[in-house]
Amino acid sequence: MSKVWIRGGRAFLFLLFLFILWEVLVKVTETPMWLLPAPSDVIKEAIDGFDLFYGHIFSTVYLALLGLTIGCSVGLLIAIILYRLPKVNELLYPLLILSQNIPTIVLAPLLIIWFGFGMMPKLIIISLVCFFPIVVASMDGFRQTAPELKHYLQMVGATRNQIFWKLEFPHSLPSIFSGLKIAATYSVMGAVISEWLGAKTGIGVYMTLAQSSFRIDRVFIAIFFIMILSVMLFGIIRIIEKLVVKGRSEGA
Amino acid sequence: MLLKISELNKTFGDLHVLKDINLSVDEGEFVAILGPSGSGKSTLFQLIGGNQTPDEGEISLNGEVINGKKGYISYMPQQPSLFPWRTVLENVVLAAELNGKPDYEEAKQWLSKVGLAEFVNSYPIELSGGMKQRVSFIRALLSKQNLLCLDEPFSALDEFTRLKMQKWLLSVWEENRKSILFITHSIEEALFLADRIYVLSKRPAHIKAEIKVPFSRPRNESLLETNEFFTIKQQIFQYIKEEISD
Repeated sequence: MSKVWIRGGRAFLFLLFLFILWEVLVKVTETPMWLLPAPSDVIKEAIDGFDLFYGHIFSTVYLALLGLTIGCSVGLLIAIILYRLPKVNELLYPLLILSQNIPTIVLAPLLIIWFGFGMMPKLIIISLVCFFPIVVASMDGFRQTAPELKHYLQMVGATRNQIFWKLEFPHSLPSIFSGLKIAATYSVMGAVISEWLGAKTGIGVYMTLAQSSFRIDRVFIAIFFIMILSVMLFGIIRIIEKLVVKGRSEGA
Repeated sequence: MLLKISELNKTFGDLHVLKDINLSVDEGEFVAILGPSGSGKSTLFQLIGGNQTPDEGEISLNGEVINGKKGYISYMPQQPSLFPWRTVLENVVLAAELNGKPDYEEAKQWLSKVGLAEFVNSYPIELSGGMKQRVSFIRALLSKQNLLCLDEPFSALDEFTRLKMQKWLLSVWEENRKSILFITHSIEEALFLADRIYVLSKRPAHIKAEIKVPFSRPRNESLLETNEFFTIKQQIFQYIKEEISD
């Protein structure tokens, strides 16, 4: 445990060093505020303008969590169906990969045309970026089931269903959680992008407004909060993973 | 006659693995199958377990033909094959769980009987190799089937642990005499544990000899040093030597 703290401490110190470097460079070169604000200016604005900002955070978090939940549930369901039904897999897997090649930036306006400015198009976008890592990670997890455990279950006469729910599914939990961690990071980004394209509140809205009025300090606030939210989501999932995945050797 | 196998044949493509196998296991009998590596011992278990179907022949259990039927035997594999996310208790009830509600009280009693009481809620990762095999055996014992198939269960253990585990197995079995079919490639192990030994030939495997082990029970390790033991060991070794000579 103490090792983790030392490592985390080092990373934190290095980050602090980068911020100081940034601060010094901006001050020395007298870079104007509208081009690149110093970290101290960003922090000041974050504190002063927090009343204005926190509403945006809430709506983004809400959107991201809802999208993540939907995306992950759908992803897991698809993974299970594809794994259990190889015929369906043959048919759908290429389509799934293609779905990831549609640029979100192109798709988002289309979805807004079709579904309006409500929650629906936003949730679709977030789910779309979230479900893929889950599908891939879960399928890999299912496939990598320990052969000796599977052999044991076959010998004692377990049915195909029992093998899946008693072995393959629990065995792949660490894999599923890796996918979940990636999806969680994507979900915040997906939420912000979807807000860009039309919403009343949200970090994405705040960001567009700041950009168009050359408030670069506010753009940085948005960036920092997106990062903080992503890291927090990642951390929460890590904690859940520790609670759920038991009896495995400590790994990444 | 609990298990009866008659005229069993199995080929994989051009490979004739089992040839006219005839064997039987009685109620409460401990039977060992001794054979060289790759002689098709594991294929035999695959057939009894119903994961493969024989080309010819019949496998019957209590008079019922079970060719290609699953779930009639309990099984202990070479590796302990414990599920890492299940506690020891959850692991030992696994086989029973497949056919209905497991009896946790009985499981706990067995675990404390074999000295694993304090590990009931531990995960397999915390156990030693010998302890894992004990858990694996209890798991097989707790399932309701009458025939226990053990597939070289101690071959991955070191010499000291193995002898300890063999003695342990005998002591548990004296108390709970289920029929056991035990695959091994160690002559000593077969002689020390079994009532009867079938010696398999190399591929295509057939029954080369059937040996009735004359030692009385309960047995302990002093048996290993007796002349009788040595004589029978020599005799079995002759059979095996013929198999490796040509």
